[in-house]
Amino acid sequence: MELVNLFVKSVFIENMIFAYFLGMCSYLAVSKTVKTAVGLGVAVIFVLAITVPLNYLIDNYLLKAGALSWMGEQYASLDLSFLSYILFIAVIASMVQLVEMVVEKFAPALYGALGIFLPLIAVNCAILGGSLFMQQKDFSGISEASVYGFGSGVGWFIAILAIASIREKISYSNIPAPLKGLGITFILTGLMAIAFMSFMGIKL
Amino acid sequence: MATQKQKKQEKPIVLFVNEEKEPLFSKKNRSLVTDPLNDNNPITVQVLGICSALAITVQLKPALVMAIAVMAVVVASNVIVSLIRNFIPNRIRIIVQLVIVAGLVVLVDLVLKAFAYDVSKQLSVFVGLIITNCIVMGRLEAFALANGPWKSFLDGIGNAAGYGAILVIVAFFRELLGSGKLFGFHVVPQAFYDMGYMNNGLMLLSPMALITVGLLIWVQRSRNRKLIEK
Repeated sequence: MELVNLFVKSVFIENMIFAYFLGMCSYLAVSKTVKTAVGLGVAVIFVLAITVPLNYLIDNYLLKAGALSWMGEQYASLDLSFLSYILFIAVIASMVQLVEMVVEKFAPALYGALGIFLPLIAVNCAILGGSLFMQQKDFSGISEASVYGFGSGVGWFIAILAIASIREKISYSNIPAPLKGLGITFILTGLMAIAFMSFMGIKL
Repeated sequence: MATQKQKKQEKPIVLFVNEEKEPLFSKKNRSLVTDPLNDNNPITVQVLGICSALAITVQLKPALVMAIAVMAVVVASNVIVSLIRNFIPNRIRIIVQLVIVAGLVVLVDLVLKAFAYDVSKQLSVFVGLIITNCIVMGRLEAFALANGPWKSFLDGIGNAAGYGAILVIVAFFRELLGSGKLFGFHVVPQAFYDMGYMNNGLMLLSPMALITVGLLIWVQRSRNRKLIEK
């Protein structure tokens, strides 16, 4: 039950885009058509669901104060948390590379569909943001971290799918010329974020 | 174009080729700084670096600190990458750039924690997110990999300033309309409240940051018609 709660929370209430603006760059750049948006969204779910639990393990067994105690008494007092940015981003970059190779080998169809989006994801703020929030939230187990990672990915997917479908339709509307394209997308995202605020306080 | 011709005339082994021949503040170099402020603004035109920009604009102070932090990182990483650009193998350049940027961000984070602890608490994960701030990677990929250190330095200053300008404008309106303060001081006189003026609490919530930027884009593009998208 706790996990379902956490999932709903990470998808709707703490939505990566509408609550924290993470991954906005690719969200704005790739949301022109629904098809590409779905490709990127799936890739983000994929990578978030893998890297967040992985970084959880790294954080808990290597970086935190006292995390190294499993190696012996003399390491128990070490605190390596200042290394977390570098390690997290290295894990993310290499995981993206690895995922890319695995997908290319075993699921060429999916690889073709994701295309250039996989390598782009290494620099998507939502991925690193997921790991940093995970570190801040102090989850008690790896299952929570996995659910959080997967949930944030799903939330991001929903957001980009929604804005892409709206943008496809809105290109037929009569918008003031200076507002066309980027401007109206910002305002739409703002309105959607207000709508998402109504999920606040939901608890299962 | 002119600089490329100059470069060809020089011997290609020297690292600082075109900087020595061109005056330091030639017209082209100046436009590297001024262009990103308006015509080529990183946020409103290039759509870079929005990720961490909006969440920290509730008040002016964190926005200003963030702008300075980003400037330090962009300028330093631009110069470093442009210095070693001829030695980075093309295939692993993204990881190399990420490591350089991550190292710089760790420095910024530690400095903030030491000298501005409150603000660093307010910025929370967003300091770390400078690593994946698209401005940093975008300028490295688009500019520093192809230009010399001095130009990259100017480009970094210009883009970070353009980013900071938007941040400060958004934060100005959000703090003024949302809580009636600037830099934490009350500026809306008490008489206004007595007459029934109220702070707009919605401005403090994250959706209004997006809408404010949207409106800013509207204003900028209606003044600068050539930016309008077809």
